[in-house]
Amino acid sequence: MGKVIVVTSGKGGVGKTTSTAALGAALARGGQKVVVVDFDVGLRNLDLVMGAERRVVFDLTDVVQDRVKLPEALLHDGRLDTLYLLPASRTRGKEALTEEGVARVISELRDQFDWVVCDSPAGIERGAMLAMRFADEAVIVVNPEISSVRDSSRMLGLVDSKPLKVEKGGRLDKHLLITRFDPVRVACGEMLSVDDVREVLPIPLLGIIPESEEVLRASNLGAPITVCGRESAVSRAYVDAARRIKGDWVEMTVPSKDKGLFMKLLGGRAA
Amino acid sequence: MSLIPRTPVGSAPIARARLQSLLEHDRSLVSHADLLSVLREEIFALIERHAAIDANKVQFMVVRGTTASTLTVDIQVRHGRAPHGGPVRA
Repeated sequence: MGKVIVVTSGKGGVGKTTSTAALGAALARGGQKVVVVDFDVGLRNLDLVMGAERRVVFDLTDVVQDRVKLPEALLHDGRLDTLYLLPASRTRGKEALTEEGVARVISELRDQFDWVVCDSPAGIERGAMLAMRFADEAVIVVNPEISSVRDSSRMLGLVDSKPLKVEKGGRLDKHLLITRFDPVRVACGEMLSVDDVREVLPIPLLGIIPESEEVLRASNLGAPITVCGRESAVSRAYVDAARRIKGDWVEMTVPSKDKGLFMKLLGGRAA
Repeated sequence: MSLIPRTPVGSAPIARARLQSLLEHDRSLVSHADLLSVLREEIFALIERHAAIDANKVQFMVVRGTTASTLTVDIQVRHGRAPHGGPVRA
């Protein structure tokens, strides 16, 4: 029986989709059978980040509404044998997803995969609630930035009350993933530190992903950063985070300012 | 020594302070919302002991001021006798 993880944040643009793709691909690289599910109905971005947009025929809504069987909507990733994508619909609204339908699809996915990674839409409306409804674990993505931290704090409360698992008396495992972390700005006192963020969001730290132009490059290429940027610090940070999700103990490294400063002096950040 | 000119105090401490007060404010709003629902239920129960109330004709409103808030309760009480036969007070 697979585990269902929701990648959520409240605020938009903090890196949910990038993180879903990167963690999903990193887990698949380790030989696990993984499906990444796009819950952002109406917008649909995960297929773009995965580079699968031209192959999308059917989507999550089609399966939820029983128009097609699950295998018809699942897209196999060409690069990793055990990685699959269930895209979202661009044409239908969030109302098209019923709780019963989503429950059935998630349960089917749980039977077939080791990991079901759900990319939540931004906000705290119905779509985000459905994405977390059947989750076993939650990854809260946060930027070291005031509005993101506040929204994630709100999201923590929802993750503690809305999922079915909680209603049945259980608890969700929660992980904090700090993204777009810029060690140079933290060192200059111009960005909230890891400790500042953790003080407000006191849950286990899954990883610290440095701010990097590699993320945009991966998005341009249509490949998860853990597939196309294997040697980058960002990719390594995501691979470590994926190992922690699996339960491995991996030492936590805070991105250091020295390298960042070096890059800055070389003009690397402007590239 | 750094080649990057540093300002003596960064903006992060300001962000930290703002975040703290934001969270305090958020929490007080939640407790406010809780307080309102508690008051609503208790006032409702108290009046229902003596009079019949139409649940659709009850209004609770809080107007928040800087130092104090005003709670306005508008309850329509039905004419006639209360369910248990006691006196009806308007």
